[in-house]
Amino acid sequence: MVQKQVFFQSVSFVNNLVLRAENLACARGARKVFAQLDFQLKAGGAMAVYGANGSGKTSLLRLIAGFLTPRDGALSLSGDGHEATQCHYLGHTDGLKANLTVAETLSFTARILGHDGAALDLSMLGLTAHQQQMVGDLSAGQKRRLMLARLIIAPRQIWLLDEPLTALDEQGRQLIDQLAQDHLATGGMIVAASHERLGFAGHRLQLNRQNHDMAAV
Amino acid sequence: MGIFLSLCHQHMLLAWRSGHTTLIVTFLFIAVTLMPFGLGPELALLSRLAPGLLWVVLLMSLLLSLDRMFQADYEDGTLEQLGLLPLPMELIVLAKSLGHFIALFVPLLISVPVAGLLLNIEAAVLPALMLTMLAGAPALTLLGAIGAALALSVRRSAMLTVLLVMPLYIPVLVFGATSSTRAIAMSGQIDWPALGILALMSCAALFMAPLAAAAALRVALR
Repeated sequence: MVQKQVFFQSVSFVNNLVLRAENLACARGARKVFAQLDFQLKAGGAMAVYGANGSGKTSLLRLIAGFLTPRDGALSLSGDGHEATQCHYLGHTDGLKANLTVAETLSFTARILGHDGAALDLSMLGLTAHQQQMVGDLSAGQKRRLMLARLIIAPRQIWLLDEPLTALDEQGRQLIDQLAQDHLATGGMIVAASHERLGFAGHRLQLNRQNHDMAAV
Repeated sequence: MGIFLSLCHQHMLLAWRSGHTTLIVTFLFIAVTLMPFGLGPELALLSRLAPGLLWVVLLMSLLLSLDRMFQADYEDGTLEQLGLLPLPMELIVLAKSLGHFIALFVPLLISVPVAGLLLNIEAAVLPALMLTMLAGAPALTLLGAIGAALALSVRRSAMLTVLLVMPLYIPVLVFGATSSTRAIAMSGQIDWPALGILALMSCAALFMAPLAAAAALRVALR
């Protein structure tokens, strides 16, 4: 029996946080991506967003992150002190610099995310042996693992994950699952877009042009 | 403050590691070396033209560097991560500009006296010339940041950046080059009024450019 490792400790999240979309519509340029989207997600909940290519999975995540503005309807957060809520966004692009080493990337990430400087145990990422390697020389899956470091370094209540399983091996997928479940257990919230089944997600949202399906798994 | 300095440091480190600093400084030297071949070996003529030529070459080297200011961050997704930070986008622009200034402008400025030798510049003029360049530096870097941010979401934006920024650079060039030429006439004395105007432009850019560039970056994130 392997001791279950808990990655997140002493994190104070807004415990009655609710993310709500009402009649949400999104457009890229002149093209309408989706419309009349309603859903509600509470702290501790995870929602997997499915849909065909171009159905607006990424756009929905970018709306929640605040990069995009809704064409119509509203997206709101409520809860005590929800103004201070921050999110992690893991997109298609990795946000990594090929000319930095893994160790430099990790320390830079920790500094800009406002980590207190305490020693972090990042051994579960499986990159310990590659500390001095340039990020540009890592494999796609290893870069993906390096991206995940962000989730561990700084606690943010909302995680927006775009195709989180891409390029990861079986062990990497288990790592995501483990991280996500610990995050949800501490009151976090996850919205993930994927084409594959996500083990941790308790709700699924099927994006169609209209008539979206929101269901508990 | 810690985030600000980290961003600045990372920008410098990457400019150096990707060989960008070397490229820009080499460009300056190549351009200056070619001048005497084009203008002829008349030393008096060269030394009269030297300050103006050095200003133009400095601006061109800087224009060449603007492409790197936000483009890489935009392409690899770093900009999205920066957009989620609690730090306002305006300060992110300032941090990157400061990093750009230290990693690229300062090496160019240090190269100017050496490059000046190739143009037979009078040593007495150099302090005045470099002082005006330094006074104009914040304006040049920050106006460049506006152009670099505006051109982001366009493919192959390097050309667009240059076209956007060039007109903004002209006033700086006019005051910079004339005050340097005057410094020759006054045998190396500093032309304070022109220097004041350059410093004023820099101050104005320091307040206004981050607002404009940050707005452009937010649009690019859409």
